[in-house]
Amino acid sequence: MVEGILAGAAAAFTPLNILLVFVGCFVGTFIGMLPGLGPISAIALMIPITYGFDPASGMILMAGVYYGAVFGGSTSSILINAPGVAGTVASSFDGYPLSQQGKAGKALAIAAYSSFSGGTIATVMLLVAAPALAKVSLSFQSSDYFALLVLGLTAVSAFAGKGEFLKAMMMTVLGLMLSTVGTDQSAGIQRFTFGRMDLIDGISFLLLAMASFALSEALMSVLKSGKEPAVKESDHELGSLRVTKKELVEIAPVVGRSSILGFLVGVLPGAGATIASFLAYGMERNLAPSKAKERFGKGSIRGLAAPETANNAACSGSFVPLLTLGIPGSGTTAVMLGALIAYGIQPGPRLFIDQPVVFWSVIISMYVGNVFLLVLNLPLIPYIAKLLELPRQILVPMILFFSLIGVYLVSFNTFDLIMMVFVAVVAVILRLLNYPMAPMLLGFILGGMIEDNLRRALAISDGSISFLWQRPITFSILLLTVILMALPLFRGALARFKST
Amino acid sequence: MKLINQTILHRALSFPSLLLVSLVLLIAVPIEAQDSIKKIHFLVPGGAGGGWDTTARGIGEVLTKTGLIAQASYENMSGGGSGKAIAHIIETARRQNNTLMVNSTPIVLRSLKRVFPQSFRDLTPIAAVIADYGALVVRKDSKYQDWNQVVRDFRANPRKIRIAGGSVRGGMDHLVAAIAFQAAGENPKKVRYIPYDAGGKAVAGLLSGETQVLATGVGEVLELAKAGQVRILVIAAEKRVAEAPTVPTLKELGYNAIFVNWRGFFAAPGISDQRADKFAAILKKMYSTPEWEAVRSRNGWVNLYKPRAEFVTFLEDQERQMSALMKKLGFLK
Repeated sequence: MVEGILAGAAAAFTPLNILLVFVGCFVGTFIGMLPGLGPISAIALMIPITYGFDPASGMILMAGVYYGAVFGGSTSSILINAPGVAGTVASSFDGYPLSQQGKAGKALAIAAYSSFSGGTIATVMLLVAAPALAKVSLSFQSSDYFALLVLGLTAVSAFAGKGEFLKAMMMTVLGLMLSTVGTDQSAGIQRFTFGRMDLIDGISFLLLAMASFALSEALMSVLKSGKEPAVKESDHELGSLRVTKKELVEIAPVVGRSSILGFLVGVLPGAGATIASFLAYGMERNLAPSKAKERFGKGSIRGLAAPETANNAACSGSFVPLLTLGIPGSGTTAVMLGALIAYGIQPGPRLFIDQPVVFWSVIISMYVGNVFLLVLNLPLIPYIAKLLELPRQILVPMILFFSLIGVYLVSFNTFDLIMMVFVAVVAVILRLLNYPMAPMLLGFILGGMIEDNLRRALAISDGSISFLWQRPITFSILLLTVILMALPLFRGALARFKST
Repeated sequence: MKLINQTILHRALSFPSLLLVSLVLLIAVPIEAQDSIKKIHFLVPGGAGGGWDTTARGIGEVLTKTGLIAQASYENMSGGGSGKAIAHIIETARRQNNTLMVNSTPIVLRSLKRVFPQSFRDLTPIAAVIADYGALVVRKDSKYQDWNQVVRDFRANPRKIRIAGGSVRGGMDHLVAAIAFQAAGENPKKVRYIPYDAGGKAVAGLLSGETQVLATGVGEVLELAKAGQVRILVIAAEKRVAEAPTVPTLKELGYNAIFVNWRGFFAAPGISDQRADKFAAILKKMYSTPEWEAVRSRNGWVNLYKPRAEFVTFLEDQERQMSALMKKLGFLK
């Protein structure tokens, strides 16, 4: 195995490959920053370019583009509250408040460090445990995924501050309801489409995220009076990358836990980066001491580090089923699988044995991409963060323009633009009434998957709900969910009991 | 066109008529350009990176590399299960002289289900180009060694056999399973189909043990079968495929069922027959090029060339067969 790793490393570290990863990271970061273009489209765009290269070079370029696009996506979530892909939604929960407070540089730096650490720890786990984990990942059935997704929904608790619990729950339910629009996955019947062809495929995530986050944010800032820039002049630390030692100590355990969680969730073929980021966010909020807990959703560095780490770790984790079994668990790995097959590499259990050099060079290439991204992006952060120093009358139209164009360029459908404006206006009204948007998006993202897996589990068990307690994995995850939900109630009751 | 122009030139060499001739040429040239196909605009009814997209871009790549056409452009227009793109090409037909829309078996299924109001009859069918055949697959450690054993167990208790697939109920993978059991004289309605939202997830479902059989296309599982993860029990093809020579067809086992998922091209309605024939001829020339062989083997496609009238007959047959099956399954009234 060591020989394989060394040979793989030798294949990865050639001057050409290093140049490619450099170019890839750069291009990827910019593609990722545009709403609507996430890692999947970035890689799909690169595939024709990479045909001429040998597999290691091609993979390195794609790895660079991939990590670049993931980081670029986080950038737009953090700076302008425009999560272009579902995996970065959780990063905006605390990342955007941080940049609102004039700490954009710090937020981006934390995102870069966490992503890097998540990628590193996950790659180490990939090196050590890939073949063993692959077998375990296949024991997950639909009912287990259902339980895992329900656990993911508990991340919503982070938005339920004092007196807002009901509002957060209502918005979650609204999100769940919106996810039912479109063709029903199991029966193929259309629901809530009002006979419109535009709604047959459901409401797109991108549309909802851009309209309810970015557009409504831009509209809200128009409603505020005054001409000052989006962030106050006095915040000269806007572009500063400085993260204090105390903060590093605070996020180190968060990064450690989220890496492991993210990797394990990523390994499951039916889960992925989005679920991993929500689970990590929820977990860290539950584990945080009560003072730090208050900060979640208002600019907590823990709340930013957790999803960023888990997101990247899950991406590395998703290579386990791809490389060892040949099963693509996510959209990105499905595109990667196509690219690998085009190179004549068939991922699967034989790859590790038949072509160890290719196997390791793919993994090491992915890691090289991760390292380069950190090196390349840290110096760029101050300039990217400067975006927020633009006067509002320039920044706001820019956000409006890019979010509308981003959605339009994906669907080429003018109906989407009308719907975006409608959603954005509704979102502004709801926000003025203090309803949080994040739980709605959370419910929307998880809702479709929850329904899909629940209905499949029911179909498999002949309509009986006995799988809830008969499958050990399902039962354990659901039990954990119940405990997490009940714990604060119990604590509260205990505190009251003590005080009386 | 060129020949005619030359005869005109010979007859009219006098100076005043030269002006007229050049005018004729000016008019003739654009007409000629319109008639021979220099560039093709590929309309893809789905997103980038999907099956339709790789087909259109792969073929566009071959056509331009081999010089069969000078230029290829691509447009992705997803929505309504390709209903959006069909409506678009019909509405703007007059501007779509150079456009070819890629599509596949679902255009037949979805128009039967009235997902969109149009059918292939509202377009100009050019040709089917590649195909994938229905396949029934089990885990490598499954007790089933051949398809007859599955049929026997199905007869004993159809509820016991759960069949995974990567499409909705009434979608392609469901029909693959239904047609196979129907050919065995069983009621296709008794097939217990478990839908997944992607082929990869359906494979994971099979390997996790929550389903016993996977209904899919051969191309989707060929590599997994080579790697020893799964066993292809049977394929629903006319004859065995070169990539999996040991796998029998349903016909060989005495079940008369074929399921072809073709991919092919349609032009806008109202283009001339000559032009449609020219499109088909260009696609035919593609098959003999080494560039095509490279793209074909890279993607694991199987050639299936059915031009124009043959394509229409094939589509009508498929529509008749699928409509009967879907009625039996209760998806059509």
